[in-house]
Amino acid sequence: MSAEEKTLRVPFLLDTEYRYAVGHYGARFFAELRDHARLMGMRCPECGRVYVPPRPVCGICYRELHEWVEVGPEGTIVGWTVVRIPFIDPMTGEQRPVPYGFAIIRLDGASTSLYHFLDETDERRIRVGQRVRAVFREKREGSLRDILHFRLLEV
Amino acid sequence: MRRVAILGAVQTRFEARKASLAYNELVYGVVRELLDRTGVSMREIESMVTASQDAYDGKTISGMAINEVVGAYLKSEAKVAADGLQALLYGVARILSGEFDLTLVVAHCKESEGDPSTITGLMFDPFVQRPLRLDEDVAAALQARRYCRQRGLAPEDVALVSVKAHRQGLKNPYAQRAGEFTVADVLASPLVVDPIHELEAAPRSDGACALLLASEERARALTEHPVVIVGIGNCTDAYWTERDLADARALQEAARRAYAMAGIREPAREIDVVEVSARYAHEELMAIEALGLHPSPVELIAEGRAEFITPSGGPLCGNPPTVSGLVRAVEAYWQLSGEAGAHQIEGARTAVAHGAGGICGQSQTVVILRRE
Amino acid sequence: MPRRVAIIATGQTKHTARRLDVNIAELITEAVTRALEDADLTLRDIDAVLLSNMEPFEGFLFPDLWSVEAWGGYLKPSVKFNTGGTVGTTTAIAAYYYVASGIYDTVMAIGFQKQSEGHTQTAITTVGDPIWERSVMAGAIGNFAVMATTYMHESGVTEEQAAKVAVKARRNACLNEYAHLQMPDITVEDVLKSEMLAYPVKRLDMCPQSDGAVAVVFAEESKAVRLAPRPAWIKAVATAHEQQYMGDSPKRLAEMRSLVAASRRAYQYAGIVNPRKELDVAEIYEVASFAELAMYENLGFCAKGEGGKLIDAGVTELTGELPVNPSGGVLSTNPVGATALIRVAEAALQIMGKAGRRQVENARTALATGYGGNAWTDVIILSREKP
Repeated sequence: MSAEEKTLRVPFLLDTEYRYAVGHYGARFFAELRDHARLMGMRCPECGRVYVPPRPVCGICYRELHEWVEVGPEGTIVGWTVVRIPFIDPMTGEQRPVPYGFAIIRLDGASTSLYHFLDETDERRIRVGQRVRAVFREKREGSLRDILHFRLLEV
Repeated sequence: MRRVAILGAVQTRFEARKASLAYNELVYGVVRELLDRTGVSMREIESMVTASQDAYDGKTISGMAINEVVGAYLKSEAKVAADGLQALLYGVARILSGEFDLTLVVAHCKESEGDPSTITGLMFDPFVQRPLRLDEDVAAALQARRYCRQRGLAPEDVALVSVKAHRQGLKNPYAQRAGEFTVADVLASPLVVDPIHELEAAPRSDGACALLLASEERARALTEHPVVIVGIGNCTDAYWTERDLADARALQEAARRAYAMAGIREPAREIDVVEVSARYAHEELMAIEALGLHPSPVELIAEGRAEFITPSGGPLCGNPPTVSGLVRAVEAYWQLSGEAGAHQIEGARTAVAHGAGGICGQSQTVVILRRE
Repeated sequence: MPRRVAIIATGQTKHTARRLDVNIAELITEAVTRALEDADLTLRDIDAVLLSNMEPFEGFLFPDLWSVEAWGGYLKPSVKFNTGGTVGTTTAIAAYYYVASGIYDTVMAIGFQKQSEGHTQTAITTVGDPIWERSVMAGAIGNFAVMATTYMHESGVTEEQAAKVAVKARRNACLNEYAHLQMPDITVEDVLKSEMLAYPVKRLDMCPQSDGAVAVVFAEESKAVRLAPRPAWIKAVATAHEQQYMGDSPKRLAEMRSLVAASRRAYQYAGIVNPRKELDVAEIYEVASFAELAMYENLGFCAKGEGGKLIDAGVTELTGELPVNPSGGVLSTNPVGATALIRVAEAALQIMGKAGRRQVENARTALATGYGGNAWTDVIILSREKP
């Protein structure tokens, strides 16, 4: 018997549920996304930065955010990769099929960036600075995955 | 020697479910209110200590979600995964070290977002206890029975704590649950885990609180009567199944250290107000003894001489985990600054805030405040 | 002037992929025992204990309380911290403040993690915000990969230069009896040929997941002088946080805002003007090979964009001008709750002259950093000289 086989183990499976509040800012954002396929950010009255995701304060100025502005649906790749190692997709509990494109994307008009999928899996066709456009699902329910992925606009 | 004072304290109302607020929004609310009340700008604050638990927040490194709203961008924040009163202790250390003059201390929990039974089950020994699916209620029930048996208490005796708490809660605008209950009402409320009845256990709650700590010098520049932290004590007991649950050794020890620091020799005489973190009614009886307030807690309560103990109503009137101990400091501060409204204990000069964490209060913290 | 505080003892377990011979509590005891032995201390000498651990990895709430006997905590003050990858340095910094405050004279900081007993991927996925990030999370690997491409684009560093970091780490680790991944024969080509996980990050570019624990004892001046022949004095500590979401600081390697802020604050406090010249050794928190190059730049060891050149020139090798991670770093050993505290322990060992075969000669000033979450930072500077 190997050392591993000789080791006594007690398995513990944690199966539990959380109900996360989306909050006021998220509610507005996802309602716009669901109903109008529109992406929104919030502008800081002091520094002018536009935040996506929206939130109570600009962390840099510590000023409350109140002004909503439309951002995207196009944007620019800030950083990218093609994921080739399987990870569990938290939405399904199954391994997400590989490979898939993944990127940090700055939507037009936003100062911060979002992480999302790309519709490209060939590393040679993706670069920093590339323009992309959000592809929305037909049926949207008010979640980040209402965006199916981002499409590369040029090769 | 340098001392630390409290400039201000704020809490949210406790509610069963704050469905419309994400917890960063919840925390922003208390921080904003605290800054407005104290007139201090976030620009002046360089140090933050927060308290929360990943297990309740359903997020690894859950403190990350509040770093902006607590003003921590490019500043020094640390999160304790412990009862909120521990965050206050660390805040005190940061100021006494000489490096910071102001420190923001914040605790939050949205108990409604997860399943408390599963979550508290994670405190238990994974090898021989988790397979039994224990949770904090079960452990508390075992302790309640052991303690009552040891002290010769009847269910009616313990129920008195609940009667007092809920009556006091009527005078607390932040309370989640309050009312004029009788002992019979308490004992008729559904059993949580025998022998603990629903009205003898803290309800599930969402909420947050925050305090602003400062050096005593700074506090004196703002007020003639600063509220100064004059004693602190923290103590870790053995794991719950390794000790007699009827003994509150860790609390006695934490209290002893805090009293020594504060120069308190006769707690019953020298302390005007005590805010106890009793998540279960029997815990308040144990705390009254361990804090040296009275050898017969039931007698004290039955004779109506315990109004100075947890005048806010305490956790039985509303209790987001982790916030429990820190909000006791909020209440203790308000008692000394004269802001406790309808439940103000007149002329309070010395107050004790108590916090506990872990199974059956394995970790105990005592903080003593004095209005100078 | 705050009370002077020094590190007087450290203890580490042998870090590995899987410690089958001990459970979590026993793992902690191993580190604690070694730390006490290091300075001939007993539990009586310890006033308070601070614990560092990311409890979601093993599925715990209050693991510190469950394991109290293992670290000698009965009737002692204690508390556990949780700040992600930085938790080890967060806890070390807390130990410093607690002793500097006068509340305690001697504090033991303990970092532990037994990742083999949990599900690392789940714990990392749940770092992502459930509303805004989690559904697209691609692990720490995906996260670093997207940051690395930005960094490569801006700085021009190459995969080969990053591979040199990976080689340096695993070779240095061979001199460290505690390190997890020890690869004496690893070459740049091995790294470049290793499995591509997510461009440009290959298997050998990434840190491992480890089981391990570390304990570090902090003491006030008079005790430090009495108990340690050469204490490692804490000269400066600094923490800088970041904004809330992963994409808020999108160029998180090219521009490490919190590392710049924290390190400059610490340098100023310590009177350091030219870190490359004035630091003798650095133990930095590099989760991936690319990250180390970016950290050279953001720590001011070289100009922006020059991180690759620094490793090419051998400056950060064990024999170089400023050895970085002689212990093998995070790339060789990564029990998350312990990792940042191991940086502190290793930096202290250098100052104390106890770093064995990885000792940097005449190390008088050492840097330790922690990195975690959405790229926030802790910086600690240790010195042989009393501040």
